[in-house]
Amino acid sequence: MVTMMDTQALSELAAHIESRMPDAVRSWQIRVGELTLLAERDHIIPLLRFLRDDQQCNFETFIDVCGVDYPERSERFEVVYHLLSMRMNHRIRVRIRTDEETAVPSVVSLWPVANWFEREAFDMYGIQFADHPDLRRILTDYGFEGWPLRKDFPLTGHYEVRYDDLEKRVIYEPVKLAQEYRNFDFLSPWEGMTSVIPGDEKAKES
Amino acid sequence: MADTAHIADMDDRKFTLNFGPQHPAAHGVLRMILDLDGEIVTRVDSHIGLLHRGTEKLLEYKTYLQGMPYFDRLDYCSPMNQEHAWCLAIEKLLGVEVPRRASLIRVMYSEIGRIMSHLLNVGTGVMDVGALTPITWCFEEREKLCVFYERASGSRMHAAYFRPGGVHQDLPQRLIDDIATWCEQFPEKLDQIEGLVTENRIFKQRNVDIGVVDQRTILDWGFSGVMVRGSGLAWDLRRSQPYECYSELDFKIPVGRHGDNYDRYVCRMEEMRESVKIILQCIDLMAKDGPGPVLLAGSKLSPPRRGEMKNSMEALIHHFKLYTEGFHVPEGECYAAVEAPKGEFGVYLVADGTNRPYRAKIRAPGYPHLQAMDHLCKGHQLADVSAVLGTLDIVFGEIDR
Repeated sequence: MVTMMDTQALSELAAHIESRMPDAVRSWQIRVGELTLLAERDHIIPLLRFLRDDQQCNFETFIDVCGVDYPERSERFEVVYHLLSMRMNHRIRVRIRTDEETAVPSVVSLWPVANWFEREAFDMYGIQFADHPDLRRILTDYGFEGWPLRKDFPLTGHYEVRYDDLEKRVIYEPVKLAQEYRNFDFLSPWEGMTSVIPGDEKAKES
Repeated sequence: MADTAHIADMDDRKFTLNFGPQHPAAHGVLRMILDLDGEIVTRVDSHIGLLHRGTEKLLEYKTYLQGMPYFDRLDYCSPMNQEHAWCLAIEKLLGVEVPRRASLIRVMYSEIGRIMSHLLNVGTGVMDVGALTPITWCFEEREKLCVFYERASGSRMHAAYFRPGGVHQDLPQRLIDDIATWCEQFPEKLDQIEGLVTENRIFKQRNVDIGVVDQRTILDWGFSGVMVRGSGLAWDLRRSQPYECYSELDFKIPVGRHGDNYDRYVCRMEEMRESVKIILQCIDLMAKDGPGPVLLAGSKLSPPRRGEMKNSMEALIHHFKLYTEGFHVPEGECYAAVEAPKGEFGVYLVADGTNRPYRAKIRAPGYPHLQAMDHLCKGHQLADVSAVLGTLDIVFGEIDR
């Protein structure tokens, strides 16, 4: 569970990073005991290098990088880095923003492991990574088109694959649904299921 | 006579080999393009995604509760460990703490999952280098654990047993007693398997000093779990960032010395023995604490009791709303990780305050491990590829998602 001690140490760490890398860090926040830096896209490589090499940060293990899509924003993608320090036993999250055209500097030069994670973000969202050694698709099918994890990509996809008994081969064809995907909107105009229902406090009194 | 002079100039030692996608040593659907120089591997290009099912996309279209069973289908060798990460992420955002008994049951079943996964890995890993008997002995024990899964959840494999806020059902005392009985006899079975494998000359020749992982490799390639511990670093999330009740349990973290295939095998064997100790401690603690709730009582996360629903309109509405709309998770983001048998399994969850996740990214431990195949196999012989792959502990359910 989150203790005051953790939050204290994290905010000191955040202040340290901000003072040393003022250009790169836009702001920071600590929620549910996790430190998040909002960073400038163009300064991501110096920032992550600092986080890796600085004695106080020491984030030597690269955990993850992934995309998040917010179609309503002008820069619709967020690229989220997760780092871990085994020596100091703390974690950090760094978020930057980008759009469909602007490339994000690749961090493969800092951690080779970023290679596949960035390929996956490219595959799923179409996020471009500059200076990536091998930016191919990774999880989708050979010859796949589209960016499946974008919010505007349908859950069912566009093509389906089946074995055709007449042609004796696997064929691709536009997806035909026997029934529309049943996407129920359960969100009531009222507040929905929150952990406390208004009026519950009266039940205890009586 | 044909002109054959050009053949002498051709570099006929170099060729390319396609490994997989259907190959028993690939532990799933993995296609690797191996560039060889004679019998020496010069490059490995892994093609993954043949089992890609779009789990992360599906999660965005389901309520939090409906998304949970998808986690069984990631690393299907130890399903409940994955559910655990998902539940922890949701609980972190909701800020709830699970009841004591639920926590003990979770830890107990996580450790059962760890033994299941390691048994499978040790059995198949040994088979990859030619030993056919150990896998049958491993599966005999694994089968009993599947039965424990079934008796708790109704399903041998895809349990869907953990819930945000606890676990679905309490365990009957008979089941707990049977698990304790199983724990008594299991170390002896491990001794038998070790008797076949550990000092076996052929096994050692195939694994000692093969696929050596040093500290630089660990950091460069984002390793976790046994891949780290096999190289002598005592890094275990259960100890360093304890979740549930791991901080009060007494267990050791086995570490290797050389970081080769052989040390990783030994680490897994020792971890199973430690898991047995943890299970027994959980059983003792459960007996000491006595019966209690296994789901957050009186919260909107858990369904009302059947009896209540017969008499209370509100309970009936609550039940209906829970299983249609589901509960809401407050806006925010979090990363929750567990020490899964294969390494750090994490879930990055972005919630927008509705009943469905806005984004759920699954960080599978096998993904960076498999990526390092090129680095680990370069300069090794072709036959070592399957031996290295075996000790990486690869499962495609979690890599391809």
